[in-house]
Amino acid sequence: MDAEPSNDPEPSNDPENSRPVVEMRDISIGFPGVKALDGVDFRLLAGEVHSLMGENGAGKSTLIKALTGVYGIDSGSIVVDGSPQAFAGPRQSQDAGISTVYQEVNLCPNLTVGENILLGREPRRWGRIDYRRLNRKARELLSELELTIDPRSQLGSHPIAIQQLVAIARATAVSARVLILDEPTSSLDADEVAELFRVIRRLRDAGTAILFVSHFLDQVYAISDRITVLRNGQLVGEYLTAALPRVELVSAMLGRQLDALDEVADSAAMATAVQSDHPLVRIDEFGRTPAVQPVTLDIRRGDILGLAGLLGSGRTELARLLFGADRATSGRLEVNGKTTTLRTPRTAIAHRFAFTSEDRKDEGVVGDLSVRDNLVLALQARRGFARPLSAKTKDALVTKYMEALDIRPRRPETLLKNLSGGNQQKVLLARWMITEPELFILDEPTRGIDVGAKTQIQKLVTELARDGVAVVFISAELDEVTRICNRIAVMRDRRNVALLDSADYENNLTTLIAGSSS
Amino acid sequence: MIKRLAATPLIWPVIALLALLALNAYLTPGFTSIRVQDGHLYGSLIDILRNGAPTLLVALGMTLVIASRGIDLSVGAVVAISGALACAHIGSSEDPAGVGTVLTAMAIALAVSAVLGLWNGTLVSILGIQPIIATLVLMTAGRGIALFITEGQIITVSSPPFKVLGAGYFLGLPVAILVSLAVFVVVGLLTRRTALGMLLEAVGINPEASRLAGVRSRTIVFAVYVFCGLCAGIAGLMIASNISAADANNAGLWIEMDAILAVVIGGTSLLGGRYSLTGTVLGALIIQALTTTVYTVGIRPEITLVFKSLVVVLVVLMQSAKFRALFTSWRRRPGRRQVGPTARPTPVTSAGPAVADVTPDHDDTKVRQP
Repeated sequence: MDAEPSNDPEPSNDPENSRPVVEMRDISIGFPGVKALDGVDFRLLAGEVHSLMGENGAGKSTLIKALTGVYGIDSGSIVVDGSPQAFAGPRQSQDAGISTVYQEVNLCPNLTVGENILLGREPRRWGRIDYRRLNRKARELLSELELTIDPRSQLGSHPIAIQQLVAIARATAVSARVLILDEPTSSLDADEVAELFRVIRRLRDAGTAILFVSHFLDQVYAISDRITVLRNGQLVGEYLTAALPRVELVSAMLGRQLDALDEVADSAAMATAVQSDHPLVRIDEFGRTPAVQPVTLDIRRGDILGLAGLLGSGRTELARLLFGADRATSGRLEVNGKTTTLRTPRTAIAHRFAFTSEDRKDEGVVGDLSVRDNLVLALQARRGFARPLSAKTKDALVTKYMEALDIRPRRPETLLKNLSGGNQQKVLLARWMITEPELFILDEPTRGIDVGAKTQIQKLVTELARDGVAVVFISAELDEVTRICNRIAVMRDRRNVALLDSADYENNLTTLIAGSSS
Repeated sequence: MIKRLAATPLIWPVIALLALLALNAYLTPGFTSIRVQDGHLYGSLIDILRNGAPTLLVALGMTLVIASRGIDLSVGAVVAISGALACAHIGSSEDPAGVGTVLTAMAIALAVSAVLGLWNGTLVSILGIQPIIATLVLMTAGRGIALFITEGQIITVSSPPFKVLGAGYFLGLPVAILVSLAVFVVVGLLTRRTALGMLLEAVGINPEASRLAGVRSRTIVFAVYVFCGLCAGIAGLMIASNISAADANNAGLWIEMDAILAVVIGGTSLLGGRYSLTGTVLGALIIQALTTTVYTVGIRPEITLVFKSLVVVLVVLMQSAKFRALFTSWRRRPGRRQVGPTARPTPVTSAGPAVADVTPDHDDTKVRQP
């Protein structure tokens, strides 16, 4: 897990000796009311992996969009390979050798892998696409990355991780000098991340300059040679990864010493204290074939029950069953001792259940509605359309929760899609907090959001539990689960393999998740 | 008001409508004059309103359907069926001029229209069939049903009470205008004074997120198709009443296209979500004003449709933020522009929503399935 800048075969990383592939100087970009970037310098060297770090709103995305030509710059200069550039659009940036792979794979799932890799550059013969050559070329490109994917297979038939690697192969097909990876790991599990990193290192060793953005500190330290930190649209500094301890990185990003994590641990301990003995929800042999094998569990008020496991272990599937998002095919669910069938989410909501999905964009955010409408959506839906909340009640609720969760910008009329990921997530949490739930099911609430918002959300969860809400908490990050949950149900291969109390975390958790064979 | 209007995409339909009216006023002396005769208002402007009433009604229903991410191609067929049923009932009754007969005829027509809407709603919201396919079924079959009802004939009726809806006057104004206006007001109040509009938009923007938030998406989508069927039914009665006849072949022919056009001109995106009833009214009026212009300007019938399409293309282009950005980007940098149906033209208003670190706007390119 240690960064190994010294292993780099390319000319040393000493910036004085190698000319940067990309040099951005004094970049400023303003939006109405906001200065998104304010005189930021940034450089990218050949054969390095360079992480761009910062909270949401720090200007990471804006800087990337300036480099990819999506935004024009107000002032400053961008030099790529020694020649000054004034990008008028993404096309020019691509022509200058800059390729981007986004968090959500931007390819066509209904085309084959080969077609995707060479889309727009298909080898042609008599004006028609020469599929033999196309597939041969795609296979070559894939094998350069040591990937064995059949270029004739349909892209959509592969898991996201493979699709992401195909996207990278596509980027290399344009012989990119610069590869930008924007949150590439947020939907990958550990093995897939390792595979991705292998490919990244290979490209780096071949001299590609790689700009890497991730919220996972572990990954940043594992892969990057250099780190640039932004805060509030300004440059904080550029560091060698090896010379920057984690604590310093985090405080550079947040601009303050961070004690919040300890605070979180404290309140988790307090939450344990007020737990009651009567389970709020009890599930008995509750499952859905084939997604979840029958599970038996109690969930008490004040509990923070973690569901730990790898992707596909059944953790998300179980959460959806608990909320009635999918229907259980076996077993019983009791709420306050009474057996209930959750036919739809509405049934669950009537029992004061709440649920935020791991798929924030597709299953949570109503992007074209204002923050205000999004906040009151669940409450309004429960009341029914005929009993609208009065403007006054709405305003009071919206003001209260925007303050309490520190949702920025503090403008309720802003469309939700224009907020950063962390703030969108807070809006979704607030949407349910407004309904005063008794059981709150949170599936990956902190995924893909910055450290500051993450801490705020963790704190919020423990506070909810302290107020007597039963919480089911899912996270891919074990640290997070162990820190805030007082019990953990370990899921593996679609079944619940163990239920741990906080005392047992250290010894067993990783082995249980990984399975006995390893 | 003007400032608010200038900040919305509605400014373009307003300008287009005013321009059309100005053109007419310039070419036809007395175009803007409204005179009172026998206590009734007459004039070209009134004509535009009255003749546009059926399209407006259908377009109002269509607006809500489109807001729910759907589309209803069957409205023209429903118009024909509704008119055919009413005329068939009146024609075959003992007392065609009786108020009771007419009311029964209208009730039958509207009930069947609602059932047809129910059918569409079932196909779309319960069976999950794509709206364009689901309503295509009734679009094709419906006209056949109407022909079946009229037995292939044009049924003419002689019934003064039936004539009131399409050609009558109340308080000096044509009843058709009053009815469509009333529907507009009722729908406006129903969707904006209750939470229905917001929930409908939520369903149209993100159905799955809305379902998980507890919105009764299925019921809402269902209701919207029923309402659209009803609107088409009233429009069908209006058209049949105006000519005192049911023409199963031609009544409401292509009205679905005019209605969809009115909705689009009014600034509601075909992708669903945010909708504007006022915009739809403007759109319907523009379409009717266009038809009138064609006559007053004396455009030859061969190129009537070309002329119409030119105006429509112009209005739609002016509404497109991308298109306007083409002009502004010569002076401004490309980065500032906000793309999308609800985006503001250029950041002239201080309320511009752009925020640092905006999430990647894939929404621009991703085409949602209707």
